[in-house]
Amino acid sequence: MLKQIEGSRAVAEAVALCRPQVICAYPITPQTHIVEALGALVKKGELNAGFLNVESEFAAMSAVIGASAVGARTYTATASQGLLYMSEAVYNAAGLGLPVVMTVANRAIGAPINIWNDHSDSMSQRDAGWIQLYAETNQEAADLHIQAFRIAEELSNPVMVCMDGFVLTHASERVDIPGQAEADAFLPPYQPRQVLDPDDPVSIGAMVGPEAFTEVRFLAEERMRQALDLIPDVASAFERQFGRESGGLVKPYRTGDAELIIVALGSVLGTVKDTIDELREDGIRVGALGITSFRPFPVQSVRAVLAGGCRPCRVVVLERALAPGSGGIVTADVRAALAATDGSLPRTEHPIISTVVAGLGGRPITGKCLRAMLLDAKRGQLPPFSFLDLQPGLVQAELARMQANRRSGPTAENMLRDLGVTASGAAD
Amino acid sequence: MPSTRIKFYQVGSFAAGNRLLPEDLRSIQSSDARANTLTCGHRACQGCGEALGARYALDAVMRATKGKMIAVNATGCLEVFSTPFPETSWQIPWLHSLFGNAPAVGSGVATALKAMGRSDIRVVAQGGDGGTVDIGMACLSGLFERNDDVLYICYDNQAYMNTGVQRSGATPPAARTATTPAVGPEPGNAFGQGKNVPLIAMAHEIPYVATATVADLRDLEDKATRAMDFHGARYLHILVPCPLGWGSSPADTIKVARLATESGLFPVFEAEDGQVVSSARIRRQVPVTDYLRLQARYAHLFHPQERTDVIERLQASADRNIARFGLLEDQKPAHIERTRLTLAPVHDSDQRR
Amino acid sequence: MDKPFAITLDPGSSRANHTGAWRTERPVYVSGLPPCNDACPAGENIQQWLYLAEEGGLAAYEAAWRQIMADNPFPAIMGRVCYRPCETACNRGQLDSAVGINSVERYLGDQAIHAGWPVFADNTPVDAAPTGKRVLVVGAGPSGLSAAYHLTRRGHSVTIKDAGSQPGGMMRYGIPKYRLPRDIMDAEIERILAMGVTLELNTTVADILAELNEAAGGHGGGGCFDAAFVAVGAHIGKRAYIPAGDSAKIMDAVSLLHQVEDGTRPMLGRRVAVYGGGNTAMDAARTARRLGAAEAVVVYRRTRDRMPAHDIEVEEALEEGVTMRWLSTVTAADAGSLTIEKMRLDETGFPQPTGEFEELSADCLLLALGQDADLAVLDGVPGVTFSGGTVDVDRDLMTGHPGIFAGGDMVPSERTVTVAVGHGKKAARAIDAWLRGTEPDAPQRPALAAYDTLNTWYYADAPAAVRPKLEAARRTGTFDEVTGGLTGSTALFEARRCMSCGNCFGCDNCYGACPDNAVIKLDAGRYEIDLDYCKGCGICAAECPCGAIAMVPEET
Repeated sequence: MLKQIEGSRAVAEAVALCRPQVICAYPITPQTHIVEALGALVKKGELNAGFLNVESEFAAMSAVIGASAVGARTYTATASQGLLYMSEAVYNAAGLGLPVVMTVANRAIGAPINIWNDHSDSMSQRDAGWIQLYAETNQEAADLHIQAFRIAEELSNPVMVCMDGFVLTHASERVDIPGQAEADAFLPPYQPRQVLDPDDPVSIGAMVGPEAFTEVRFLAEERMRQALDLIPDVASAFERQFGRESGGLVKPYRTGDAELIIVALGSVLGTVKDTIDELREDGIRVGALGITSFRPFPVQSVRAVLAGGCRPCRVVVLERALAPGSGGIVTADVRAALAATDGSLPRTEHPIISTVVAGLGGRPITGKCLRAMLLDAKRGQLPPFSFLDLQPGLVQAELARMQANRRSGPTAENMLRDLGVTASGAAD
Repeated sequence: MPSTRIKFYQVGSFAAGNRLLPEDLRSIQSSDARANTLTCGHRACQGCGEALGARYALDAVMRATKGKMIAVNATGCLEVFSTPFPETSWQIPWLHSLFGNAPAVGSGVATALKAMGRSDIRVVAQGGDGGTVDIGMACLSGLFERNDDVLYICYDNQAYMNTGVQRSGATPPAARTATTPAVGPEPGNAFGQGKNVPLIAMAHEIPYVATATVADLRDLEDKATRAMDFHGARYLHILVPCPLGWGSSPADTIKVARLATESGLFPVFEAEDGQVVSSARIRRQVPVTDYLRLQARYAHLFHPQERTDVIERLQASADRNIARFGLLEDQKPAHIERTRLTLAPVHDSDQRR
Repeated sequence: MDKPFAITLDPGSSRANHTGAWRTERPVYVSGLPPCNDACPAGENIQQWLYLAEEGGLAAYEAAWRQIMADNPFPAIMGRVCYRPCETACNRGQLDSAVGINSVERYLGDQAIHAGWPVFADNTPVDAAPTGKRVLVVGAGPSGLSAAYHLTRRGHSVTIKDAGSQPGGMMRYGIPKYRLPRDIMDAEIERILAMGVTLELNTTVADILAELNEAAGGHGGGGCFDAAFVAVGAHIGKRAYIPAGDSAKIMDAVSLLHQVEDGTRPMLGRRVAVYGGGNTAMDAARTARRLGAAEAVVVYRRTRDRMPAHDIEVEEALEEGVTMRWLSTVTAADAGSLTIEKMRLDETGFPQPTGEFEELSADCLLLALGQDADLAVLDGVPGVTFSGGTVDVDRDLMTGHPGIFAGGDMVPSERTVTVAVGHGKKAARAIDAWLRGTEPDAPQRPALAAYDTLNTWYYADAPAAVRPKLEAARRTGTFDEVTGGLTGSTALFEARRCMSCGNCFGCDNCYGACPDNAVIKLDAGRYEIDLDYCKGCGICAAECPCGAIAMVPEET
């Protein structure tokens, strides 16, 4: 049913359709509306689930681990600092092979504290062993949750659905919320691979030493490989059931003949596609590769697109997070995908890759900026690594301060003062 | 409740069983039908108090729940020595997640069971003092605050034993650990405020809180059993000597626990809804030195010279426990009163006319 | 369940890990010698009969009684006259107070008489096949009767010859009936005779060698006995030289008691003095009171702590109003008064005269200065030697003449009924072996289960039940039995106070206290260590209440 609905609410309703049995909630901006909405559904009796208000995100993930281990379908949501706080448990859930589904309402990680959207939180957990799916729209966000439960339970692997904080969570859009019967048809009841059952006792969570740890980890990698097949299958099944495309591994946009391709994840793809359409009208052969499944990283699909059309092409990887000391995160995976040699792609035909770090801490990524950046790329004037829309003046002033004084003071506060925004709100 | 119903003078209430008692008056441990929740082949040290305490407590829970229970275990000695791949000594459904989250995992299990309509299966979450008193305190308090239907059991051996005997929030004053070594002018652990988790549990006013030791099997079984009569959050704190960490002889494990209670250093009591309802009387009171001398972790209090100053402080804390909990026959317990806010009287001049 | 590799494991798979390999020492179940058993002169297996009695109920008591009877045919008598060295040795005495073993023994003995329990459960007369051997027992006192009983149990044919008119020896003629009622004593004696023992009273054995056949060293006078056990006791009161006036009334205490037994009530007067500090002196004083003396005073040359009389006897005498005159000797006796000399103890504890004299009014002086054995029956028997007024015997109670054994008060020993009974058993074993041409079986004596081997924590605090006693006043007026017995429930209470030192009583502590679940419970009260898993921590041994587990080094 079509609804004009806030993104968070849409996700809550989609999750509710999946009949989770235990939901754990610890609030953090910008995820709060999701768990509040679910809480209300449970309290009203519209959703028959155990709703646990826990004392921290660590407790939230821990509680869903317990619930999942006893055979319940479980769900939680978090962002940013909360995701870090539960990090130990995030790894634990994946290591134990429990099919938990979690929404990450992407938000920057402090310090400095910042409540707005970027991908640094989910990127920090990219090695935890969870499947990571990035939603482009609120519709996709809702749809991905329904697919996530099915993927997780079939593989016995947890799945996090990433949706951009505020940009998606707090935006009201038209979303088609499926009906319960359709959802039930798509998602059968959870059948655990392992379960705590007094009638068939097992010990879950043994200590595994050097003699077997490698093999356990190999199997974790194996699950990821299986996911590469399963994710498109589930997306296809979804399309058949619900009548629309949603999910899958990658979403190429006008890449067939592109000389310049921009790779991006999440809601920015909306602005990217608009920009591409404009540039196309100007005759620039530019396309976009949206990556939906970041983990497992769809190596074959990415290669096929980036090395499938004109060779060599220029590739811009738009990063919504920064790996200090290393540069781009998605870039590294793209490079690795292209470097996978089977002899079919000679070195001379490798794409030229530029990394652009954009939209950190919620900095808006405007069409204007994107257009200018892509033109630079087309002209070969884009450096290999750059920050979109950087304010050099602020940076120079701080560097000068640090050069001049040992006790130059806290960096973030200095720059805020330069911007005219002090901590207390009082003018200098 | 103390086992007063057995008036039997050869062995009385204190041994595991007796051929002359009807079976239902014997301890669960004396029965060959006991669950042996933690069975043989585990890697605990010789004489491990925690292995004993865990079996005592969980066999009682198994009896009380007719085998329908699930256990969640924090990281620590108990977890490590019981489940080294490829072996597990547990005979029940058992889950180990992390060090500090056993209470939260337990909450999740209980919530799921209820949501699945299987509240007949009961949940025990357990951990050592490290996982309970320190790193697990936040989750434990959350469990208590929500009154989730979980029995939490803390096996207190008073230090982080599994990692090599480092000090925890439960390490008693003056005790030697690897991070409070017996060197310098104030050897051993400092005299801090301590962290009395049973009292913290009582402050949450959860339905049932009790302390016990491996020296009194019947009492421990009664308390584990009684705990299962309640629904909601329950807390059981069991003193389990560690021969390795305490520097006591493996054969002395039960004896040392006994002396801890008989000296008054470890009070044994029960509380319901935040009020002490019973305490186990000391049978044969001993001075704290009888207890301290058996443990090398206190050896520095006696050699090269006797630290009477420290020993007196320890004795004073034991005496305080005795008074506070009424541990000697002729004393009634001083109930832990909650402070009440009283409003100051309104003076005439404060009144608006 | 298709479990994920390595993360999830099957229950109990740790049993593949045999932690028994860690051990450097292992626990073993032992059977120690309880101090009560060790102390009992009659060699009763006290721990075992208390164990049987603890079950409660007539069947249990009968089994317990039968266990006593295996060693001692006189439980009801013991329960009245034994000085209970078992209780002195009882480990429970170091905890709260000794188990009232004697009280329980009396209870069981009385039950047996009351219920008429047969000596053997299947009501057979004896439990061994007849050997065809005949043994002569001289003296129907406790020693002789005990020997007769045990010999009969071993299948021998026994004849007792006693010079007196009734059996019982010093039990009858030395112990007053207020301590040992005659119906009880007669019942237990009769029970022995009913097993087929021949008793010839009023028969003095003048020539013992005439009684024995040639194989036993007889002198071919047609004797038919294959061996002999002589136990004629020591019933001749010692005399002392005391200058006495013509009308001074001096009697020998032993004779007094004998007369009272025979039914005579000698007139002793209002004030009676008893000279001596032994049990006989106490009995004489208390008997004098019962015969009407208003005052009975015991005159003894040393102090109370050096009196040979048993504490119980002294206590009871004092309770009955007998007074004691310590550090005094009688130097002269006259009608109505005695001359007493005060004594003092020198550095060696020997009494020395002080030269201070005083008068003590007394209508009668009873001499209780010890007793001698009448050794005439063995006089002139080749090989038999004497020393210090007793007959010499080897450790198997055989005299210098092979085939003639002796025991009781006539051999060197502590002179109590219980010791005498023990001698009878020991002699019977020795005679039995001698008749078969073998050595007697050496009794097993495992390590003593001393107090420090116990873990007394597990025994509940329970003081001894105390037997009711007759009011002192009433006591002194009659010859009724002074100390009553326990009731059924208090006897059971008392039996259950036994800590079963050194012997497992099935408390399940080891089974419960093993952190490694390495004790196997076989059946009631029997356990086995699972050596595959036992790490040798020693908790089982430390927590065994009765010290029935010892740790022994592992052989590498």
